[in-house]
Amino acid sequence: MSQPEMPASGGAPAGLQSQNGAASASGSPCTNGPVQNALMSSQVSGSQGYNFQLPGSYPHLIPAKTLNPASGQSNYGSSQGSGQTLNRPPVASNLVTPSLHSGLVSRMPLPASQNPAAASMPSGSFLPGTNLPPPLNWQYNYPSTESQTNHSPRASSQPPVSGSTSSTTNHQYVSSGDPSLQNSFLKSGSSVPPLANPPLPTTFQPGAPHGPPPAGAPPLVRGLMPQKTSYRAVPQPSFNSATNQDGITSNTNNGSMVVHSSYDEIEGGGFLVWRAQAGFIPASSGVCGWCLSCLSYRRLTDFHIFKLIFPESKGWPGNLDYTFTPLGANHLTASLSGLHLHPEGLRVVNLLQERNMLPSTPLQAPVPNLHEDIQKLNCNPELFRCTLTSIPQTQALLNKAKLPLGLLLHPFKDLVQLPVVTSSTIVRCRSCRTYINPFVSFLDQRRWKCNLCYRVNDAFKNFYLYALLSLVYYEPKRLQRIMAITTYFCFKYVFVLRPPQPPVYLFVFDVSHNAVETGYLNSVCQSLLENLDLLPGNTRTKIGFITFDSTIHFYSLQEGLSQPQMLIVSDIEDVFIPMPENLLVNLNESKEKLVQDLLKTLPQMFTKTLETQSALGPALQAAFKLMSPTGGRMSVFQTQLPSLGVGALKPREEPNQRSSAKEIHLTPSTDFYKKLALDCSGQQVAVDLFLLSGQYSDLASLGCISRYSAGSVYYYPSYHHQHNPVQVQKLQKELQRYLTRKIGFEAVMRIRCTKGLSIHTFHGNFFVRSTDLLSLPNVNPDAGYAVQMSVEESLTDTQLVSFQSALLYTSSKGERRIRVHTLCLPVVSTLNEIFLGADVQAISGLLANMAVDRSMTASLSDARDALVNAVIDSLSAYRSSVLSNQQPGLLVPFSLRLFPLFVLALLKQKSYVFNFDMSLNPHDFTESDIMTLPLKYILVAVWPGLALMFYLISQGALNINDRTIPQPPILQLSVEKLSRDGAFLMDAGSVLMLWVGKNCAHNFLSQVLGVQNYASIPQPMTDLPQLNTAESARTIAFISWLRDQRPFFPILYVIRDESPMKANFLQNMVEDRTESALSYYEFLLHIQQQVNK
Amino acid sequence: MEAVVFIFSLLDCCALIFLSVYFIITLSDLECDYINARSCCSKLNKWVIPELIGHTVVTVLMLVSLHWFIFILNLPVATWNIYRYIMVPSGNMGVFDPTEIHNRGQLKSHMKEAMIKLGFHLLCFFMYLYSMILALIND
Repeated sequence: MSQPEMPASGGAPAGLQSQNGAASASGSPCTNGPVQNALMSSQVSGSQGYNFQLPGSYPHLIPAKTLNPASGQSNYGSSQGSGQTLNRPPVASNLVTPSLHSGLVSRMPLPASQNPAAASMPSGSFLPGTNLPPPLNWQYNYPSTESQTNHSPRASSQPPVSGSTSSTTNHQYVSSGDPSLQNSFLKSGSSVPPLANPPLPTTFQPGAPHGPPPAGAPPLVRGLMPQKTSYRAVPQPSFNSATNQDGITSNTNNGSMVVHSSYDEIEGGGFLVWRAQAGFIPASSGVCGWCLSCLSYRRLTDFHIFKLIFPESKGWPGNLDYTFTPLGANHLTASLSGLHLHPEGLRVVNLLQERNMLPSTPLQAPVPNLHEDIQKLNCNPELFRCTLTSIPQTQALLNKAKLPLGLLLHPFKDLVQLPVVTSSTIVRCRSCRTYINPFVSFLDQRRWKCNLCYRVNDAFKNFYLYALLSLVYYEPKRLQRIMAITTYFCFKYVFVLRPPQPPVYLFVFDVSHNAVETGYLNSVCQSLLENLDLLPGNTRTKIGFITFDSTIHFYSLQEGLSQPQMLIVSDIEDVFIPMPENLLVNLNESKEKLVQDLLKTLPQMFTKTLETQSALGPALQAAFKLMSPTGGRMSVFQTQLPSLGVGALKPREEPNQRSSAKEIHLTPSTDFYKKLALDCSGQQVAVDLFLLSGQYSDLASLGCISRYSAGSVYYYPSYHHQHNPVQVQKLQKELQRYLTRKIGFEAVMRIRCTKGLSIHTFHGNFFVRSTDLLSLPNVNPDAGYAVQMSVEESLTDTQLVSFQSALLYTSSKGERRIRVHTLCLPVVSTLNEIFLGADVQAISGLLANMAVDRSMTASLSDARDALVNAVIDSLSAYRSSVLSNQQPGLLVPFSLRLFPLFVLALLKQKSYVFNFDMSLNPHDFTESDIMTLPLKYILVAVWPGLALMFYLISQGALNINDRTIPQPPILQLSVEKLSRDGAFLMDAGSVLMLWVGKNCAHNFLSQVLGVQNYASIPQPMTDLPQLNTAESARTIAFISWLRDQRPFFPILYVIRDESPMKANFLQNMVEDRTESALSYYEFLLHIQQQVNK
Repeated sequence: MEAVVFIFSLLDCCALIFLSVYFIITLSDLECDYINARSCCSKLNKWVIPELIGHTVVTVLMLVSLHWFIFILNLPVATWNIYRYIMVPSGNMGVFDPTEIHNRGQLKSHMKEAMIKLGFHLLCFFMYLYSMILALIND
């Protein structure tokens, strides 16, 4: 069964297998050792591809459009022909007889000559002795075949040449059964520099019949295409036969397959292939990599021999072998969605002519141009994403491209079922302390080479690693978990000076008159009461409460008290803690009585207060003092500007002075909050700020307390329990998420990258303790981080770079854990490749962060200019250095086709619009949002520009995860898409707006909105009624699905033509012209003008 | 009299040289992760004002004693010191802010600045030394 799933499904593997099989069975012309044969056919093929892929293949993976046509052509012909023959054994190819041998033979000459004629040479005369083909070729070629056959999109980018050589590879291997021979191969391999294959013309893909005429594509190719497609079906039988020949192997395969699939489920699609770790990854230089791959290959074969013969043996086999599993076809097709690998991805788009660039389905992250086997080991783009999926070799090249290089991380994302490895030691590189990851290379059984600093580490010195390597033999499944992309290492008492801290939650409430007026205490205490049991924690969980107005009130929850005892400290100049031992109490012991009592009485205690002052600063100091012995989370609820004691702020916004841009204060007015935040950070205290304020409150200053202590800011403008029920609902929902979500304490995150790269700027809520170490007193699943990188040293001698983020934290259960994510990306040397690999979403996310940074250090208009310039610079760089023919129009690479749109959306985002009517708070708030949210939420949330509109009446695809959720297509943000007889939902992140057209179908009105006619839609309407109709159920399911996806709670507004919210709705129409901003088309024209200058 | 002026300048210059070296050492400690940003910045911020005063005094002294060339040579650096101090945003903890020192290559630019100052002070040192000897001989 494994066989059919084999990637190479078609030709190459099949051919190989049959060859091997024949060899094994009959000792045949191929000179294969019988034993190896099994390996080769079933298992190795996948791994092999893997191995070889790396060294040579990078260069060609990305088809350069500007290739030398001649070379391209020659490759083309030759490779194509051979590949074809290989792939379609049964089908007669015009070039050669279908026999596999011929295919092989033809390839042999190929590498040396690269001559198209070679391909067509019938070579039935393939001699076993000819096993010494140029090693280079086989190495890279093999993978391509595999991929080609498997997925058409991939294939497109890969040179057909490789297909031909693959067979060669196998052959060699087979011959290499003899160790001595093998060695000789190794040497030769190492001595020969890798051949750079000329990239193939883009059009070569089978999948792209209608593509633009290939630059160098010979007609032959096209002729073959249909055959190719047909061939897919064909290979199966041959395959099977091969399988039959080596029954044993197939059995083993089956077993491993099972393992894999189950693992897959665990990892959520991540596919781990341990063998990848083997020497297959070229560590530093190509040459070295090659040797390794040869070595490892031999080991593979040895191992299998071993295994076949002594299946029960438990002894240490004596050399490093890798267990591998065949790649299932389903796995292979999984990662195909990379836009730049798709023929479409190579297209140059003229934005002025093609309007509908926004796809109707959510955008996928581009897939780095890596061989799939590596790609599978790569980190999920939702967790770890790089703006450029191809890293430029030098800083000069990066500067030329004018695109930002950076990482966007979401390291603590909620993941179901992560594999947890428990151990007493961790394998790390001795010099750079990198955690072992799937991309390290194993030189032999004693040593491994770090993929970040290239230090060779001794495995023998580390008993754990030694044991780990032995796992390779016997427990591949466990090994996979150890090497997983996202790994939990779980250690007790490692890396800490003190025992893991208990979960400590301290709530600080503002109870001044203003606060009581808003009535927030009721809903907060209510939420707390409801969620008290759900607070993440264990038996050590501690909880405490502080309230403050002009004085600070502590609550003693000492055991034995009949009710909570309030202690008032009125000396706010020099705050002290009365009876510190009873203010933070164990939640489990006192929950039943005291804590619940307190929460029930708290809202009533201050109803008659007349105190209007707020001493936030001293209260924070007191809370800090209370928490500093343990660390933990401090949740501060504040409703007005602090006016007493340290940290008092003066209103900086004068109502009549709004007219000048200078009056926008984005920088904090005092360093008190920053200093306190750093103190908190030092004591592992994080401060989360809930700001419920109708008036001006200086978020720029107050926000510092959360920003540098890795907390988060929640903002509810004009919160009032009666006047603003929408905000109350929002607060309750968000509080529920806040209280119950996962939390990590006393965390630090280190981001390491391959030597030569360095981080130069950080964005997000944390304190940068040293060059690559972020101090995160608390870490939560809703926080994202971004860093900008630069290339410090040239990366010319390496083909892969890796980034590793390691997040060390104490879980709420009191365990020290490490989450390690590793991302591996190829290095490229041409501008074109950089552009092809650009990830426009990540770039926009990083630019948003950079612009926020700029607006704080310089000014808003600077930030806006910088955003526009970012588009202009990169597009003109593309135009001048990549495009050879200067056509009119605005030409952009396909990967960046949405770049202008995203930047325009960003420019129209409130955060960057200088708007006189807007109070300062929302402004600041969106900024802090951008800084803290993970990319995913930035994209949907902070940019109304990416707001998605759904045509709810004609509901499209259905997506089922335990209930049915309609997936209406996404429309462009332009009024022209609206129609009067429909209803549209706009998802602007923090709000959802359902716009109902005037002539909207009556059944929608009655069955979803529950009203008789259009005029009777109540205004404002913020909730959909639960009606007993299918339409209602679907709509509600969809809206709640949208809400569930994000950490905050978007409010739904139902909008009619005359409702006041309509202006907001229209403002989010990014492509349309507004009073102060250009329409999308005008923006494009502006860019074009600048680019063509 | 002139000799006294230069002797004083010389001493002051020595102090500034030491200060520059101290800045460089501390910054490189931070770069190598031997100390954390917070303590590094609080150490350095302590010395920003003494440095500023020390240099301004020499500059003014040169103006008063009518050594135009040396005054003009010192003026840009003195101006830069004062400008840097004045332009610290209100929310920052000083010229060296622990939360920003790792961002936007600030660490590198601080380092470069300290290096340039060191070079400048060395140059001044020899100039003062020469002038001092000249003054002593003339006396």
